[in-house]
Amino acid sequence: MNTLAFLASLLPAIGAAVTFAGGRDLRHVKFWSTAPVAAAFVLALLVALDHGTGGTSTRTYSLGTAGGFHVEIGTRVSGLAALTAVLVTGVALCVQAYSTSYLGGEPRYASYAALISLFTAAMLTVVYAADLVVLLVGWEIMGICSYFLIGHYWEKPEARGASIKAFLMTKTGDVPFLFGIISLGVQAKSFQVNAVLAAAESDTLHHPAWIASLLLCGVLGKSAQFPLHSWLPDAMAGPTPISALIHAATMVAAGIYLVALLYPVFVLAPDVLVAMAVIAAITMCGAALCALAQTDVKMILAYSTVSQLAYMLGGMAVGARSQAMYLLLVHGAFKALLFLAAGVVIHRVGSNELSAMGGLRFRMPITYGSMTIGLLALAGIPPFSGFFGKEGVLGAAYGASGEFAVPGKIVLIFGLLTAGITAAYSLRLWLSMFHGPFPDAPHEHEARVEAPQTELVPLMLLAIPAAALGLVVLFGSSFSQAIGGWYGEAGSMLGSSAVSLWPSGITTLLSLLFVAGFGGLTFLVWRRDEQADPAVALLGPAHAVLLNGFYFDAMIDRGIVRPARAAARLVAFLDANVLDAYVRGSGVGARGLGTMLRRLQTGSVQFYLTCLFLGVVIMAAVYAYVGTVS
Amino acid sequence: MHAVYPLVLGALLFAIGLYGVLARRSAIAVLMAIELLLNAVTLNLVSFGAILRDQYGMGQVFTLFIITIAAAETGLGLAIVLLLYRQRATADLGEQRELAEPVEPFETDELEYDAEAETESDEIEAGAAR
Repeated sequence: MNTLAFLASLLPAIGAAVTFAGGRDLRHVKFWSTAPVAAAFVLALLVALDHGTGGTSTRTYSLGTAGGFHVEIGTRVSGLAALTAVLVTGVALCVQAYSTSYLGGEPRYASYAALISLFTAAMLTVVYAADLVVLLVGWEIMGICSYFLIGHYWEKPEARGASIKAFLMTKTGDVPFLFGIISLGVQAKSFQVNAVLAAAESDTLHHPAWIASLLLCGVLGKSAQFPLHSWLPDAMAGPTPISALIHAATMVAAGIYLVALLYPVFVLAPDVLVAMAVIAAITMCGAALCALAQTDVKMILAYSTVSQLAYMLGGMAVGARSQAMYLLLVHGAFKALLFLAAGVVIHRVGSNELSAMGGLRFRMPITYGSMTIGLLALAGIPPFSGFFGKEGVLGAAYGASGEFAVPGKIVLIFGLLTAGITAAYSLRLWLSMFHGPFPDAPHEHEARVEAPQTELVPLMLLAIPAAALGLVVLFGSSFSQAIGGWYGEAGSMLGSSAVSLWPSGITTLLSLLFVAGFGGLTFLVWRRDEQADPAVALLGPAHAVLLNGFYFDAMIDRGIVRPARAAARLVAFLDANVLDAYVRGSGVGARGLGTMLRRLQTGSVQFYLTCLFLGVVIMAAVYAYVGTVS
Repeated sequence: MHAVYPLVLGALLFAIGLYGVLARRSAIAVLMAIELLLNAVTLNLVSFGAILRDQYGMGQVFTLFIITIAAAETGLGLAIVLLLYRQRATADLGEQRELAEPVEPFETDELEYDAEAETESDEIEAGAAR
């Protein structure tokens, strides 16, 4: 089983290497980008089936010592890892298959496909890592892959800017994250995940709050949470399939996955859990409001991802590890579906703007159907998968007690509010894209403009889990048991801590009320004027603020970018005028001394001889003097 | 004979020779002065050999060597002087200044930061980025 897991993370890397080696030769790219990922998907499924429920299986090979510590390469298969790997490879496979026709004709398709494979391999490394150092390697490879992929259209300045922004923002979180990993490993006296979890469970860590908050910084950067969230909407400058991959399966899921993996460490620090809940509350509500105001389809989906990730983080903050992971899995399915469907629409319409769309339901029936399923899941309409994910988190927040009581209240209030706003923006997106009148401009013909098969098949495949993953709740607590209960796979607390995902009464009622209220309001506003954007009327004066994402980028510009630029100018000035003055001064001084020596070189032999003679006399005099003194 | 006479004579000869080498302009005179220097040294060698009662006669042996070398040196030197005179129609040493280092005017403004060169390279970089 561990060998299979190792192979699963190795295969996409090999595919990436072969694709890279092929250079610009596009002949075999489609095979070498799709087949290894497909094989990895099959292997991940086998691993998940083989693993069954509960327990972990670790096999490592020693890689060498680093100081007093041993770094071991290897795989650690737990229920959590197995299920996440299935999601990752599944979404990656759909994205690769979809890309064969979506980007297949582009000259840079080869490097793009190779980077997706590498991205997948890196995420699988994170998921299956048995050692925190190996996990960190995968974590950083994902960072660089996202940088390259977001900057795929590097001719466009906004894509270049977005890729650098994504890299810098995630690195901002990664620096404290690295320190967190190091201190965790040092205090647990091993970087092995099993050893770290055992140390956390027996409470032998000295400063769990510090470690947890350092780790949380990395999670905030990777999963795009409040202070470090603004890279994700900008990352829409990349191709649409990449957005699907980053948002659903790899990059942002890694942050939540890490919290789930090291959950015992976070549980030791109740203050960090409160901070996590506050950040999640701010992010989920703010991002949902921003999503409501956006006019760009991909931006709406991006902000909705930020908001949904905050839901998961909120779930983690209230002790709902199983529910949050369940939401991560179903969100991966329906968000990948939404992005790929949106990509189909954007390609056919030729614009990202909602104003260029409308009434597409007859012309793209399959895309319409799959996008409807995705949006129903996103809005949390029963019986679609998203409903159960959201209800699980809200129910856990309602029932939270002990150290989770304070985060529970925060998450519950903002979670209910966000559920309503989510319904509103989902409905707005759905209505503006597929209903209402055609906009006059670019398309005259009424015929169907459905996408090719290679793009539609992944949509249909993803629609199945998006619609039907809710069935998992029928099995009660078995999902929770498979991923290690509310606490994680730390040994003794296993089994007894499993929780049921079945939605509890009161919060379900409340959230459905919110969904119906906000959704109904949006629908009524839309009905008044089908041409107009319902968000303008709904949000009123706040619309402009939300359209610009609370002017967060402007604040960053004022608070960080400009001071950094000014400091850079100061450094450049000091470098050019102070430091370099010494360097130039040494050169000029040497030349000056040389000029003085040149004046002695008169060319007169007799002058030289005179100097020689005087030198001999002086030496003799000195010698005689020294001789008499000593 | 008192030892001081040959030594003083040697010193006088050396002084005259030194003056001739350092101060005379004519190349022939300089050659002659070199001969004086050599002879002053040989005189010293012989006298010290006598004063120190050198059993092996090292002073005299070296004197013989020096006479031989001086003969060769004079022959070579005269040849050089002859060539010099043939080429330049003068044997004045004061005018032979070809090996002097040319002294350039020295600029101190190199100490200042050259802003113009910097902006040029910036523009090139910006062009490449575009």
